[in-house]
Amino acid sequence: MNEHIISLLLENESGALSRVAGLFSARAYNIESLSVAPTDDETMSRMTIVTSGTDEIVDQIRKQLNKLVDVVQLVDLTESEHIERELMLAKVEAVGDARDEVKRLVDIFNGRVVDVTDTTYTVEITDTRDKLDSFLTSLSSIKIHEVVRSGAIGISSGEKILAV
Amino acid sequence: MTGAEIVVRSLIEEGVEHLFGYPGGAVLHIYDAIHQQDELQHILVRHEQAATHAADGYARSTGKPGVVLVTSGPGATNAVTGIATAYMDSIPMVVLTGQVPLHLIGNDAFQEVDSVGITRPVVKHNFLVEDINDLASTIKKAFYVATTGRPGPVVVDIPKDITGQKAEFSYPRDIKLRSYNPVVEVESAQLKKAYELILEAKKPMIYTGGGVILSNASAELIKFTQLLGSPITNTLMGLGAYPANEKQFVGMLGMHGTYEANMSMHHCDVLIAIGARFDDRVTGNLEKFCPDARIVHVDIDPASISKNVKVDVAIVGDVKEVVTELNKLIEASDQRLESAALTSWWQQIEEWRAQDCLKFNRDTGSIKPQFVVEQLHEVTKGNAFVTSDVGQHQMFAAQYYGFNKPRRWINSGGLGTMGFGLPAAMGVQLAHPDEQVACITGEGSIQMCIQELATCTQYGLPVKIINLNNGFLGMVRQWQEFFYEKRYASSYMESLPDFVALAEAYGHVGIRVTKPEDVRQAIEDAYGKYKDRTVFIDFIIDREENVYPMIPAGAGLNEMILV
Repeated sequence: MNEHIISLLLENESGALSRVAGLFSARAYNIESLSVAPTDDETMSRMTIVTSGTDEIVDQIRKQLNKLVDVVQLVDLTESEHIERELMLAKVEAVGDARDEVKRLVDIFNGRVVDVTDTTYTVEITDTRDKLDSFLTSLSSIKIHEVVRSGAIGISSGEKILAV
Repeated sequence: MTGAEIVVRSLIEEGVEHLFGYPGGAVLHIYDAIHQQDELQHILVRHEQAATHAADGYARSTGKPGVVLVTSGPGATNAVTGIATAYMDSIPMVVLTGQVPLHLIGNDAFQEVDSVGITRPVVKHNFLVEDINDLASTIKKAFYVATTGRPGPVVVDIPKDITGQKAEFSYPRDIKLRSYNPVVEVESAQLKKAYELILEAKKPMIYTGGGVILSNASAELIKFTQLLGSPITNTLMGLGAYPANEKQFVGMLGMHGTYEANMSMHHCDVLIAIGARFDDRVTGNLEKFCPDARIVHVDIDPASISKNVKVDVAIVGDVKEVVTELNKLIEASDQRLESAALTSWWQQIEEWRAQDCLKFNRDTGSIKPQFVVEQLHEVTKGNAFVTSDVGQHQMFAAQYYGFNKPRRWINSGGLGTMGFGLPAAMGVQLAHPDEQVACITGEGSIQMCIQELATCTQYGLPVKIINLNNGFLGMVRQWQEFFYEKRYASSYMESLPDFVALAEAYGHVGIRVTKPEDVRQAIEDAYGKYKDRTVFIDFIIDREENVYPMIPAGAGLNEMILV
C-alpha cells in the first residue's frame, strides 16, 4: 500500500466532480482527501486526490480516471519530484502555560495564530501532510477543539507542466 | 426550428432509422415533432426497459448505435436496467431522456428525477442540455462518444422547455472533445514483442471476447487463427467471431465452457487474449488461472489491461487493426509455431475433446432443452439471429446452437439481465426484416418483459419465442441443488400462465410441445407456415436438467463438474 497524489485537470462541467467521486466509491478505491478549485483557465478545474493502494490498484485508479470523459489531463505527482501543500486551521485550548507552548510550536512549524480569545488560539499552518500531522502530535496534552484541513494540493517540481 | 425539431433532425443527420421509445409529459414536444415527419420511425414499446433492450438488440446485430427516447422520472428510471445492460457489454447506444423544465430542476417537480445522477455509474458519459444552442452539438457528441473507442451507452437529458424554444439548426460535421481521444496509435514495438512471444509457444491458446465482434474483426481473427494453427475459444460475448463448425474451435470457455476449452486454457503456455476482459465467469479462481502461460492481451481499453490478470505483453488498440498488423508480421516471415509441439498439443486437445462433454441423455422420453436448441440450429441452418434471456436456457443456447457468424448471438453477458431476450429480438427483427430471429428463453425470464408481445403485434414482428419451460428458475434451482442441499427457495414458478392462450390473446400463434418427437415439427412450422407471424412455442422440458460442464465458484478451469 502506497500513498499517491494524483492531480487532474477536469472540464469545468456540472457533474464532473461527482463522476470522479462516484468512480472512487463504485470501485471501492481509497480516497484520503480530495480538493478541487478553478484554475486560471475558467473552462477547467484542478483536482488533487490523495489515494492509496497497491501498485496494481493505483494503476487501475489512474486508468479509470483517464477514461472519464471529463478528465482532460492526469499526472501522478508521486511518480516524480513535486511540491505538496496542505492548509490547516486548528482551534486549540490556550490557557495558562499552554498559551506560550502553543505559540512556540506554531513558530517552530512556521504557522501563525490567526484568531485569539481568552481561552483559545486558532492557528493556521501550511505545509506537507506529514508536517501538519507532526504539529498535531506535538501538541500532546494540549486540548484540540477543532481541526479543519484543506486536503493536499500539489504541483510538479521543475519545468514539468500539467496543462492543455 | 424548435428544440424538438432539432432533436429529430439531429437523429436523422446521424442516420437513425428506428427510435425505440415511450411518450410522456416531458417529451411531448419531441413526439409531436416525430409525428410530423416520416424519415425516422418510432417504435412504441410497452415498457421503457424494453425500449433500451430493443435498441440494444438493434445495435448488437447491426453495429450501429441503438437509439432510445423516454420521458423524465419513471421513464428514465425504467430505462436504467437496459442502459446498464448495454454498458456492461460495451454496446453503442444513445438514450434521450426528457427532463422537467430547467427552472423546476431540483424542485421535486412531478416526474422529476436526477437522470444524469442515476445513470452516471452505468453510462460511458452523460449530458444535461442547459441551452438550446448546445442541443445539436450535444447530440453529436453523444453519438461520437457512444460509437468510438470502447463503445457504450450515452444519456442526453433534455429539459422540456428547451424542446419548446427556437434556435437556428446547424448540425456539426465533426466534433472534437479535448478530454476524449478514442484513436489509439498501435505501438509497433508491442506488436513485435507479442509476435515474438507468440512464436515461442508450444501450447498456444487464443481466447477472444466481445471486442472482436464490436470491432468487426472476425475475418482477421479467422486468418490469424489459421495462420497460427492454434486452438481458439470464444467467451459468451464472443461467440460467432470464429465459426463454431470449424475444427480449431474448441467451444466456449468459462463456468459452463467445454472441457476442451477450459483444459486448453489451463495447460497452454502462451495465451493470446483478444478483445476479452478476463471476467470472473471466464477465469474461475484467479489464483489457479492459466498457471503456465505467458499472456498477450489486445484491448482497446487500457483499463482492461492487467485489471484482473497481470499480462506479459499488452497491445492497446482497435482489435481489427491490431490483428491485421499481427497477420502482416506473420505473413511477412516464414517463421511459424514449432510443428511437432503443435501436433502433440492438438493430440492432447483431441483427447479432451473425446470426452464429449456436451453429450446428454436423449432417451428419457421428456424433452431435453439441449435437443430443442439443436433442432433450432438444424431448422435455421445455423443462420438465425438468436437472442436469449438469462439462466440455463442462455447457456444451452450458447453451448448447443453453434454460431458460425458474428452478431448472430445476442445476449446480456455482463449484467445478466432477465427480460432482455424478447425486446432484443424485436430490435434485431426490425433491423433485419428478412432474417430468421429466435428468442431462446425460459418461463421465468420471458415474464419479465412479456408485455412486448403487444409491440410484436403492432409492428408485425415475426420473432419466434422458444420458451424452454421447466417450471423452475432453472439456474437458481441448479445452484440450490448443488450448493443448498436441494432447498428450492423461491425457484419454483407457480401459477404459470397458459402461454399458448396468452400468445393467442396478443394475436400471435401459440404452440405447446410436450413430446420430443414433436419438437422438430413445431420449429419447422414456426419458420414455415407461420413464417410471417410471431410464434410462441412453449416447450415443456425436463424439469431438472442441469447445465454441464460447470466450474463451481472458487475452482480453477481444470476443476469442472462433468455430467
